[in-house]
Amino acid sequence: MRLMQGTFSALPDFTDDEIKAQIQYAIDNGWALGVEFTDDPHPRNVLWEMWGLPMFDTRDAAGAMTEVTACRDAYPNHYIRVTAYDASLGRQTTALSFIVNRPQHEPGFRLDRQETADRQIRYTLHSYAADRPSGDRYGNGSV
Amino acid sequence: MAAGQDRWSAGVIPYAQMGYWQPDYVPKDTDVLACFRIAPQDGVPPEEAGAAVAGESSTATWTVVWTDRLTAHEHYQAKCYRVDPVPGREGEWFAYIAYDIDLFEEGSIPNLTSSIIGNVFGFKALKALRLEDMRIPLHYVKTFQGPAHGIVMEREHLNKYGRPLLGATTKPKLGLSARNYGRVVYEALRGGLDFTKDDENINSQPFMRWRDRFLYSMEGVNRAAQATGEVKGHYLNVTAATMEDMYERAEFAKELGSVIIMIDLTIGYTAIHSMANWARKNSVILHLHRAGHGTYTRQKTHGVSFRVIAKWARLMGVDHIHAGTVVGKLEGDPAQTRGYYDTLRNSFTPANLGNGIFFDQDWGSMPGTMPVASGGIHAGQMHQLLDYLGEDVILQFGGGTIGHPMGISAGAEANRVAVEAMIKARNEGRDFVKEGPDILKAAAKFCQPLQMALDTWGDITFNYASTDTPDVVATPTNA
Repeated sequence: MRLMQGTFSALPDFTDDEIKAQIQYAIDNGWALGVEFTDDPHPRNVLWEMWGLPMFDTRDAAGAMTEVTACRDAYPNHYIRVTAYDASLGRQTTALSFIVNRPQHEPGFRLDRQETADRQIRYTLHSYAADRPSGDRYGNGSV
Repeated sequence: MAAGQDRWSAGVIPYAQMGYWQPDYVPKDTDVLACFRIAPQDGVPPEEAGAAVAGESSTATWTVVWTDRLTAHEHYQAKCYRVDPVPGREGEWFAYIAYDIDLFEEGSIPNLTSSIIGNVFGFKALKALRLEDMRIPLHYVKTFQGPAHGIVMEREHLNKYGRPLLGATTKPKLGLSARNYGRVVYEALRGGLDFTKDDENINSQPFMRWRDRFLYSMEGVNRAAQATGEVKGHYLNVTAATMEDMYERAEFAKELGSVIIMIDLTIGYTAIHSMANWARKNSVILHLHRAGHGTYTRQKTHGVSFRVIAKWARLMGVDHIHAGTVVGKLEGDPAQTRGYYDTLRNSFTPANLGNGIFFDQDWGSMPGTMPVASGGIHAGQMHQLLDYLGEDVILQFGGGTIGHPMGISAGAEANRVAVEAMIKARNEGRDFVKEGPDILKAAAKFCQPLQMALDTWGDITFNYASTDTPDVVATPTNA
């Protein structure tokens, strides 16, 4: 399966130039860029690991791209996303968030159903990869 | 105010002379302001008609009452402080009226509306009356909590950023059994939509009872989440005849793990307040379908403008409200629609007569309500939709998903690819409005369903003149 989280997952994976163009858009809007990675793709796992602090003062797309590349080199088989944070009053939230790296193989999720009373079912989404310890889920790469 | 002594003589005297017409009045920052479009009966001067509206929507009755003298009546009586002829509309005036904030119960839209659109709308001295806009002072805004979640919290809860959200209303709107209904939900969500939706008139009919619909819809939602790894939702319509029924349905939706429920505007303001409180307390997003609004919002001579309904809805606390598409099948002048969207989303909306906004409106820190665009839109219009409606919007493609020749899931995929391709192009700095058709064509090269959608609906437009358009004067108003 293909993990569909993020702003652009329905499009083919971005080239570095395409990533850089989105980074430039974020910089032009005054948003702080962040790079985050995980090997737990559950949709309720919002707290991916931070690759350093958000780049509040980076005004250069190439500089931010360097961090993306470094994170990809360190975690080639993790999910990695670029986030852009809008700190302006009334927003103070993520403005853009898109995946820039995926594991080669995405095994996806199992849907567990617990049948309870009155035909109700309790659903649990279970990532196949999460059966293994963190850092050992999609082949090489650590944390 | 006129002839002091006469003011208290028994009998009928003009409203203007009773103090309801005060052209020198300067509205206070705390006043609730309203702009009405009035069409007085022949022979009634506009100032008197405006004063009559002020009187009938505040303290007055048809005759002098001595009991006014037991009150600080000048404080409580509304003041019509200005009347302007409506440009290009013979016999119509814009009447501006100020109401002291003390006239209204805190945090109650039913109370506010019982005054402002109460008896006065049947008043014989007027041929017609329309509430065009209101300025709710921040002091009164702060007596409401506003949207149960709001745009920011909704996005964080759904974990979806940077693009319009996508939805579809299940079709046919009536007649599907629960199992077939769940099929439509699953296919549309699996294909790439974020939400599916009950239609406004799906409640609990003999062909499908609410509980069955909820169970099968949630199976579809969870299966789609499994297939895509993202959060999905279906607006479960809990509209019912009584609050007890609505609470029962909402509780069941929550137990099943639904992220969202929906209500119809037909349930009334009190019920909307109650459901907003329920939604906040139970962490369930609240969608409002504006069923019935066209009966009083569409004709510009009589009724209530939708921009006022939008303001009330945000105060009452809904997270979503349908607000027009511009390009779809339903009424929606582009400038007016922009005005509605600004009203719902922004923390400050400046007066802008071109967009139908008569007053500055300060929302303070109240969260925004997510506007929903629904009715006759399709993937081929994505550049126009993004241009008119922006990013914080839910685009609902019902026919444009379910009517896709390759199936529902393919229809959903076409919409998702189209929106992401358009956002990508916009962010890259391209002139996406002008190049929109090319951007879609390029995306369709790697997405056969999008190509099919463009081939099927590419030329479909609904170009009819709008009924409700702004009647603009050249200079904006103060206050």
